[in-house]
This record gives sequence, structure tokens and C-alpha cells, in this order.
Amino acid sequence: MLININLNGKNVRSEADPDLLLIDWVRAQGCYSVKRGCETSNCGLCTVFLEDKPVLSCSVLAVRADGKRVVTLEGIQEEGAEFGAFIADQGAEQCGFCNPGLVMNALALFRENPNPSEEEIREYLAGNLCRCSGYEGQMRGIRAYLEWKYGKSHMENEG
Amino acid sequence: MITIRNYIKATSLEQAWQLNQQRGSRIVGGMLWLKMGTGNVQTAIDLSDLSLDRIEETEEEFRIGCMVSLRQLEQHPGLAVYTGGAMKEALRHIVGVQFRNLATVGGSIFGRYGFSDVLTMFLVMDSYVELYAGGIVPLREFSQRGYDRDVLVRMIVKKEPARFVYSSVRNARTDFPVLTCGAACLENQETAYPEDQEGACLENQNAVCLTGRYRFSIGARPGKAILTEDQERILTGEVTEEKAAAFGRFAAGRVPTGSNLRGSAEYRSHLVEVLCTRAAIKLGGQQNADQY
Ligand SMILES: Cc1cc2nc3c(=O)[nH]c(=O)nc-3n(C[C@H](O)[C@H](O)[C@H](O)COP(=O)(O)OP(=O)(O)OC[C@H]3O[C@@H](n4cnc5c(N)ncnc54)[C@H](O)[C@@H]3O)c2cc1C
Ligand code: FES
Ligand code: FES
Repeated sequence: MLININLNGKNVRSEADPDLLLIDWVRAQGCYSVKRGCETSNCGLCTVFLEDKPVLSCSVLAVRADGKRVVTLEGIQEEGAEFGAFIADQGAEQCGFCNPGLVMNALALFRENPNPSEEEIREYLAGNLCRCSGYEGQMRGIRAYLEWKYGKSHMENEG
Repeated sequence: MITIRNYIKATSLEQAWQLNQQRGSRIVGGMLWLKMGTGNVQTAIDLSDLSLDRIEETEEEFRIGCMVSLRQLEQHPGLAVYTGGAMKEALRHIVGVQFRNLATVGGSIFGRYGFSDVLTMFLVMDSYVELYAGGIVPLREFSQRGYDRDVLVRMIVKKEPARFVYSSVRNARTDFPVLTCGAACLENQETAYPEDQEGACLENQNAVCLTGRYRFSIGARPGKAILTEDQERILTGEVTEEKAAAFGRFAAGRVPTGSNLRGSAEYRSHLVEVLCTRAAIKLGGQQNADQY
């Protein structure tokens, strides 16, 4: 089937089998930040934005994204790097495999809710699994980023 | 993962229904459950273009298209008010936001999964399933039926005056639940409030359940959710902790449970008792009144 997807701001036309998954389609377009970490729609590593909403690209058919906008980490490099530096600063990660999915979903959270409470952060990021860490470093990194980005008063909304 | 030979975006429900009559056809909702399986799908039917991804709210009911995502349900302000936050509580533990942006109401209800928080929550409300060929069927009846080749068009939730609470127990965050419990206290507006104060009982969160009618929906037993009511009127009048505990024991005795790798039947029956007791206290009586 011929599909037309706006990938990171560019229209890409291509042939796609009916059962091609979006994750495999974006990787075929060179977006290697998008990775597969599980077979059960559980890990969040494959997160992309579909029409601005974070979704699991491992669980969406490429043909369903026909005519829609898809954004991967490659499309928001600056924003990703800016936030990613705060996670790195905390030495939060070990192998770093989970990082692209976490960064994408955290950015989705900040867009929806720029002033999240601790509980809201944990709830929004619950579907991003990290097999190496206990998430504490990531939580510190997120708090530091929000403080830097929006000022200190911001984080007084602890829930 | 399944293999798919043809993919068709249906242009009408009639077309979707016709296509679905052929063996080897499958309607694709969020595909999260379908994807876990294997096998060949001859024709995958996509309902995305039929404007069924909307929640309509009227004075009497909510009409929820089958392609509405679990995340849409969770964030809908009208459902939040009507259920007193119970809808969100039922959904927010399901895997993650990215997952709930994909999973659909249609796939969740059509599947009638044993572990389903979604089924548990809809069952405790006055819910109906609208089927393309089969018409409108109460969910409590649909949930007991076998699978057929009809198309689930939308869910209809009647706004009966009621208050709701929801809770579930999981061994680990984002895992399937070990037990789910939705509870409703049905208000009888005519007797509880004068006619001109319609809707008052919904806002008046500390009112006791004047009708004395409670409905509990218990799922992940691990069998699919079933309803149990307070037939013996244990919870009549103001619900004290003693009455709530007595009801919890009654429910644990009535609701069948079984064992699987997430928990034993005995543990689940204990959870039935605890979750029902807590729900009764929250819905009914002393504790609520004391809070205000
Ligand atoms: C890893 C994992 C964890 C989960 N954890 C939970 C949990 O903790 N709690 C919970 O409640 N649920 C859980 N679920 C279930 C999930 O919430 C959805 O209910 C499930 O994925 C089905 O929804 P879907 O949109 O993905 O349907 P699909 O997978 O697309 O479809 C499911 C079935 O329904 C049929 N179907 C879909 N739409 C229609 C329609 N409109 N008319 C007729 N038939 C239709 C399909 O043909 C298919 O047979 C989990 C699922 C997975 C995969
Ligand atoms: S690869 Fe694990 S959720 Fe998509
Ligand atoms: S750092 Fe290894 S998976 Fe997260």
C-alpha cells in the first residue's frame, strides 16, 4: 500500500505492507533512536509522537499513520539534548538503552503539563521501564530540569 | 505478531460488518491485544474513518465511540464528574500513557477479558453496548455472551444518579491486576431530593445512600467481572464500619475466585472482602459524613 507520512516535518511517501509496524517504518527511514525493548507493549522504548500524542510505535500499523504526523527524537534533537543533559548530570542511567523512550515521553509530559507534581511525573512515566536503575536518578534529573526551565517556585507544587 | 494480508479502512459500518462476516477478517482497534497473538488475518478492518473516536455527552447519557482511546476516557471532564474520578482510577494503572493513547474502548469491551479494569468499571455503571446488527444490549448481558462477528459501534452509559468508587490491587505497578473492584451507590433522586434539584445528589458527595442500593463489580477473579448486589440489605441506613465489614464478608462468600500465577483463590477472596469493605465505607456512611 502507498502511504504518506509526515515524519519529523518532511512528507515521506513509501510502499508499506499492511502488517508493517510503525517502529520498523521509522527505522527504515533512518530514525534509529526508536528501538524495540519488548514484545509485549510494556517498555515504552519505542515511543514516538503520533499527531502530537506519545504512542508505542511497536504497536501501531504504519498504514494507520497514513496522512498523519509522526515525530521521533531525531525531529526534536535540541529539546531532547537539553533535557537529556539533566538526566546525564545525575548519572541516572547505566546502559542508557531506555533513554530515548524516556526522553520522548518526558517531553510529552512537559508539553501536556509543564508543572507536574511528583506523583504526576511517576504516573505519566510509569510505562517507561528501565532495567538497570531504580528511577531515582531520573526523578532528580527531571526535577532539576523543571527547576532550571521554569524557575524554583515551580517545584513547590509537590503532590 | 499476526500477519495481515489486506488492510481496509471501512467507509461505512455496513461495509465493516459485511467484511467482518468472513472468516479470517478482524476488526483492528488499538491492536495491542491482537498483536500479542499469532496467525493470519486475511482482512484487517480499520474503523478510524467513521468518526467513532468521540465521546458525546447529553443530559441523559454518554455515548462513547468504539475507537475512543482509554486515555480519552480517562481525561474526559464529564466522565470525571459523573464517576467522581472513578473512571480515571480504573484506567490510570493500565501500562502507560503511550499504551492508553492506543488501546480502544471497543477492543477492551469486545474482548471481555477476565483481567479487565475497563469491563469492571463499565459494568458497575448503567452501561449498554450498541452492536451494528445486534442493536443495543445491556453490558451485563453482553459480558456473558460468547464471541460473534458483530461490530461494537459504541458504549452508552446512562447517567443514573449514583456515586462511584474504584480500586484495584496489582503485584507491581503497570502489571495486570490481581483483583478489580468497582462500586456504586444508587441514589433515588425522586425520594432523596425534590424534583427541582436535579443532579444535586451528584454534587452532594457526603450524602448517605438513601436508597440503600449498592452495586459491586468484581473482576480479575481471575474470571471476568461480575456484579454482586447488596441483596440482604446489609448496608441499609448509615454505613458503619461494622456493616461495611459484614458486607465485605458477604461478598467474599458470594464472588467466585480462582488461582493463577498472580494470586491464589484464597488471596483473591480476601481481597474481595477488603476492597468491598473499603468501598462500602467510602460510598456510604460514617466516614464520608465525618470528612465534611
Ligand atoms: C501488555 C498488556 C497489558 C494490559 N494490561 C491491562 C490492564 O492492566 N487492565 C486492563 O483493563 N486492560 C489491560 N490490557 C488490555 C487493554 O487495555 C485493551 O483492553 C486491549 O488491548 C484491547 O484493546 P485494543 O484496542 O488493543 O483492541 P484490539 O487488540 O485491536 O482488539 C481486541 C479484540 O477486539 C476486537 N475488536 C476491536 N474493536 C472492535 C469493535 N469495534 N467491534 C468488534 N470487535 C472489535 C478485535 O477484532 C480483537 O478480537 C492489557 C493489554 C496488554 C497487551
Ligand atoms: S518495544 Fe516495548 S513497548 Fe514498544
Ligand atoms: S539504564 Fe539500562 S535500561 Fe535504563
